[in-house]
Amino acid sequence: MIRLEHVSKVFTSRGQVVKAVDDVSLEVGAGELVVLIGPSGSGKTTTMRMINRLEVPTSGRIIVDGRDVQEMDVVALRRRIGYVIQQGGLFPHFTVADNVAVVPRLLGWPRAKRRQRAYELLELVGLPPDQFADRYPRQLSGGQQQRVGVARALAADPPIVLMDEPFGAVDPITRKQLQRELRRIQSEVRKTIVFVTHDIGEAFLLADRIVLMSEGRVVQDATPADLLRRPADAFVTEFIGEDRGLRALQYTRLEELAGPAPAGQSPNGVVLPGALSVLEAAREVGKFENATGDGFWVSDDAGRPVGYLTYLQFVALLGETIAPEDTSGKEPAHAVSA
Amino acid sequence: MQYLRDNPDRVLELTEQHVRLVASSILIAMLIGIPIGILVTRVRWLETPVIGAFGMLYTVPSLALFVILLRYTGIGQTTVIVALVLYSLLAIVRNTIAGLDSVPPAMIDAAQGMGMTGLQRLFWVELPLALPVILAGVRLATVAAVGIATIGAVIGAGGLGRLIFDGMRSLDTDRIIAGALVASLLALAADWGLAALGNLLRRDVGVLSKG
Ligand SMILES: Nc1ncnc2c1ncn2[C@@H]1O[C@H](COP(=O)(O)OP(=O)(O)O)[C@@H](O)[C@H]1O
Ligand SMILES: [Mg+2]
Repeated sequence: MIRLEHVSKVFTSRGQVVKAVDDVSLEVGAGELVVLIGPSGSGKTTTMRMINRLEVPTSGRIIVDGRDVQEMDVVALRRRIGYVIQQGGLFPHFTVADNVAVVPRLLGWPRAKRRQRAYELLELVGLPPDQFADRYPRQLSGGQQQRVGVARALAADPPIVLMDEPFGAVDPITRKQLQRELRRIQSEVRKTIVFVTHDIGEAFLLADRIVLMSEGRVVQDATPADLLRRPADAFVTEFIGEDRGLRALQYTRLEELAGPAPAGQSPNGVVLPGALSVLEAAREVGKFENATGDGFWVSDDAGRPVGYLTYLQFVALLGETIAPEDTSGKEPAHAVSA
Repeated sequence: MQYLRDNPDRVLELTEQHVRLVASSILIAMLIGIPIGILVTRVRWLETPVIGAFGMLYTVPSLALFVILLRYTGIGQTTVIVALVLYSLLAIVRNTIAGLDSVPPAMIDAAQGMGMTGLQRLFWVELPLALPVILAGVRLATVAAVGIATIGAVIGAGGLGRLIFDGMRSLDTDRIIAGALVASLLALAADWGLAALGNLLRRDVGVLSKG
């Protein structure tokens, strides 16, 4: 668990005073993926770097697992926090396996165990170890380097991972793929993740919660669905962009909408994964033509049915999600019947 | 060429002496210069005085420096080695600083973020990445040292300078040419060898090859 309490950071360089972070308070629960988003220069990176003490707050406190980071041993703290930086930041003179195993090596793991761990992680991030372990970073594509960057951050199984625009430098198709993989990985490893991006689509795809920053301050701290349905002000609306309705369909997940599973009923008929977006769900629902019942079950990552949505609720929520105050009633109807 | 053909053993012996003079000087200069370079990147205000001092030393003519040093270290190899070390420091210190400065900030960031201590960062990340640039400084210093070392014969340090100065004394042009020729070949060989080593590292490390 990470908690920032009234944290500010002022930089002074060449007589210029910049308030990079201005009284930020926020909390990241265990196993939660929180996205820091905002325009360039809004203080996202600085906020993140204060968590592993690459920057020191000018005022305020940062608590990690109940302890003030400023009072912890800085090297030990950093070895417990995975760190992924833009463009991978891989060491060019280390092989892929050695890059992945840096923190285990710092922690003094024996060689064989490090090697085994590196192989496991390369497997996890979708790089066949036999093929990649002994290559050098420059022999990898940008997307592959990012995967190694993620593997390296996870190597010593840290409870917390910080990611600063990890997919910022790859092409859009690779980026989409990496984002999906990160979601899969996160559902397996359940880390406490702080993820910095300026890509709103990425934020909606990945976040349990989105913290929108501007000029060093937090403008809104909400779930993706709430950010869409209840934007705090015009800045938020504008930042989310024009195609908000479409985004809502794309990025609101069933698990965010489902009600509790009805007691005493067994899940017969339609069960949809909670990770599906509303848009995807609408497509899937259409496939169960002779389904009975007034709704469908929503399952968790392990496939257990944990929630329930009636078709009526689904359509209503669709409408609400997409149009808090106005616009197309036709889109959800169309989507459901598709 | 006649001299070379008639006295291969003598030439070989003097070449060996020469190589030993230069190699030990460069090694000592590296042992002193690289740590000084590292220190300067940590204590930045030292840069101007340190580079200034070594730069000034570099401009002292070699014969003059030998004569000054004679008073402290006497006739023989020690004086030449001390002089060569002093001359070599400029290139080695300067390139150590440049090499460390050329390490991308992202690498420092990653190293720190992973939880490396200062020394781990230095030995695992910064020095390996700076190595090609440091080596270029060593190469520069070595080539210069091969030439300067010939003058060491004047104060009894041996080496290929002996051929040159003996030849001058006995007006034996052939001997002078032999000494100069072998010294030049030695400089070329050192230059080529260190360049090859540098390329190997550059390729292996894969850094700095893009920019
Ligand atoms: N080391 C630094 N020295 C001076 N100013 C800095 C430094 N790091 C960041 N800043 C300034 O702080 C502000 C926030 O930067 P940053 O946290 O990097 O924003 P973001 O990651 O949201 O783009 C910017 O105005 C930036 O110029
Ligand atoms: Mg940033």
